[in-house]
Amino acid sequence: MKNKFLPFSLIFVFIIIFVIFYKGMKDKNIYIPEAKINKKIPLFSAELFHSNKIVNSSEIFDSKKFYLLNIWSSWCVPCREEHSLLMILAKDKNIDVIGLNYKDTKINATTFLDNLGNPYENIIFDKDGTKAIEWGAFGVPESFLIYNNKVIKKYIGPLNQKIITEIKKNVK
Amino acid sequence: MLYSVIGYYSLILGLCFGLILIFFSVKNFQNSKFDTKILSFTFLQFFFVVISFLCLVVSFILSDFSNETVFNNSHTTKPLFYKIAGTWGNHEGSLLLWLFVLTLFILIFLIKSKNQPTKYKILTLVFQQIIIIGFFVFLIKTSNPFNFLFPTPEEGLGLNPILQDPALAIHPPILYLGYVGSSIIFSSALAATSLNLITKSWATHIKKWILVSWIFLTLGILLGSIWAYYELGWGGFWFWDPVENVSLMPWLALTTLLHCILVLEKKLILTSWVIILSISTFTLSMCGTFLVRSGILNSVHTFANDPERGLFILVFLFSLIFISLFIFFFFHKNNKNNPTSFFWLSKETSIIINNWFMMYFLSVVLIGTVYPIFLDVLSSQKISVGPPFYHKLIIPFLIPFLLMMAIGPKLKWVKSNLNNKIYLIILLIISILLSFLIVKNFDTNFLLNTILISSAIYLFFITLRDFFNKKYTNISQNISHFGFSVLILSILLNNLFSTEIITNLKVGENFKFENTKIIFENINQKEEKNYRSIIGNFTIQNSDGKIENMSPELRIYNQPNIVTSEADIKTTLVSDTFIVINLVQNQDYFNIRYQVKPFMIWIWLSVILISFGGLISLMKKDYEK
Repeated sequence: MKNKFLPFSLIFVFIIIFVIFYKGMKDKNIYIPEAKINKKIPLFSAELFHSNKIVNSSEIFDSKKFYLLNIWSSWCVPCREEHSLLMILAKDKNIDVIGLNYKDTKINATTFLDNLGNPYENIIFDKDGTKAIEWGAFGVPESFLIYNNKVIKKYIGPLNQKIITEIKKNVK
Repeated sequence: MLYSVIGYYSLILGLCFGLILIFFSVKNFQNSKFDTKILSFTFLQFFFVVISFLCLVVSFILSDFSNETVFNNSHTTKPLFYKIAGTWGNHEGSLLLWLFVLTLFILIFLIKSKNQPTKYKILTLVFQQIIIIGFFVFLIKTSNPFNFLFPTPEEGLGLNPILQDPALAIHPPILYLGYVGSSIIFSSALAATSLNLITKSWATHIKKWILVSWIFLTLGILLGSIWAYYELGWGGFWFWDPVENVSLMPWLALTTLLHCILVLEKKLILTSWVIILSISTFTLSMCGTFLVRSGILNSVHTFANDPERGLFILVFLFSLIFISLFIFFFFHKNNKNNPTSFFWLSKETSIIINNWFMMYFLSVVLIGTVYPIFLDVLSSQKISVGPPFYHKLIIPFLIPFLLMMAIGPKLKWVKSNLNNKIYLIILLIISILLSFLIVKNFDTNFLLNTILISSAIYLFFITLRDFFNKKYTNISQNISHFGFSVLILSILLNNLFSTEIITNLKVGENFKFENTKIIFENINQKEEKNYRSIIGNFTIQNSDGKIENMSPELRIYNQPNIVTSEADIKTTLVSDTFIVINLVQNQDYFNIRYQVKPFMIWIWLSVILISFGGLISLMKKDYEK
């Protein structure tokens, strides 16, 4: 009995794999640089960049306020390019910009902020990149617009003037 | 034009010979004789593939843009070397190369296996021809390298500049020798299973082929990694990118197979392991081809997203899997006379433990690579699996694995004891102490790092000691294991002691950090045949007064218009210094990335050492008295 069971179950497994690969091939595998989602933000505890304090997500995100979570790194060239836009956005009273420093060293990140300015209200320090995974990020830079502990919109890749204007309009 | 026609019809002829060969093999199989015609036809098939391949090379050299493949991937201003290398730097050409290696290997196999049983030879040929015909049809139907373009364009589109690199020019042929070499193992294992010929002499015979593919696969992965190190400009050498993973998976399976076949050769056990591993090594290679060529994963290796191609490989791959499953379950009878349980302290046990560890590593890599695809299809969520996943799952298990590697080879077959082995314990203590001294200044992951480094040092000492031990005769195994310890040790130390400075500088400015001062002296411009380059000249001053000049480069290629950054790397035996510049858009600043990476060269050297061990084993007449 056992002898027959194994081959058939294996064949069954392989057929499933086949179907999944087949379907996966049909999907267009192009990342959409912007996505509307209405999902709760992940719960996590993380180290803060400046104070080394471990905090919970609820301590960073107030449900009555708009936030832009920006994933960045000093080694990431597009992050440098979008940084001036974040500086502009930081002046807006209606929204707080929160940084998530991704796979970086504190020394390099500090130099980066000293050179280009610090737009961030708070910075979550994600040395090994695991916090970014919880957010479902693909890479750097990436930004999440958050309100009421929900991700309203997700921007993959560097921000541009158009997105900033749109965000400002949204948070008014 | 002319060459395209010759090339195309050579392919068709090659396919015809494949069909004729199957016909003759079936006929010969019935009366169990080996016709010399078979050898001549195999040779002719190989000959026509060579002709076809040469035609494509000539079209590339002559920049014959009436050929679509040449038009898409070449340009008149490209240096001759890259015109030739461009032949396999694209989907169609690389498949032709794949076919070339397939036919070459079966020819060598038939010549080299004169003394093997006739039926076995014929059956291996049949399985190999099924694969070859599959690739012929795939090439001719979906990826014809000789498509015409009319009217003939004046100029080609050019080769992706990041592929214009010497390491990458030889990376595909070497890697393919490894990948495709595993096809012979696959065919031969299926043939031997069907005929119930899994014997010690079969193991001796197929071991050579396993070693050959293993050596080439190891070197192929090494070349890809070296390329990534100095061309991609991140200063890393392994990114756990899906494309790297699909070359690592067959390597893990093949390495495990290599260990199993040694046991089979001695003891005639682990036959199921050997068959399944032979099958999975090749299917994993094919699966890799499917994943990177179908566009299901995006990477530099995805030359074109054509669903038809993906579907063909997918169907072909799964047919091969089902055929092999059928053969395995239908024909394979476990030999009842064999002992299934071993004494716990023996070489067999240690190799089985090694197998399970390897299978674990393999499944981690496999899951990390295909899970995002599954998740995307089943729930349309997109996730990316990055290095943290692999590090968290693999690194802790390296510790027992390294210890097994140190002690396992010392054990004897059947039953052994560890009498009079005080040095094993003394060396272990020394390793832990040494590792403690190395790691003590680091606060993160102190315990894990200490244990990890001590087990790597332990393997290093044990293998080093065995070089001077006259009783210990298995030099090839020792070299490879020694190489592996150096590899792990260099990777660990490299990770721990690498330092990095990132800053933005204008020309003439300098940046001082701790003991290092980076002075941005000036920039030069240079015109080359197919690119313009901006060279930054830097002076690096260390606190001990050492001054070094470094000149990283930015290349702006004309065809296609792409900027690449060429890192300047100064290599010494102790460490690499690595500097790379990038443009910051719309500003006078350059983004400077300066790294000191200790023991970098040892990562490359140790991998060469590992494959050198394989080479010695291949040269040696008989293994272990």
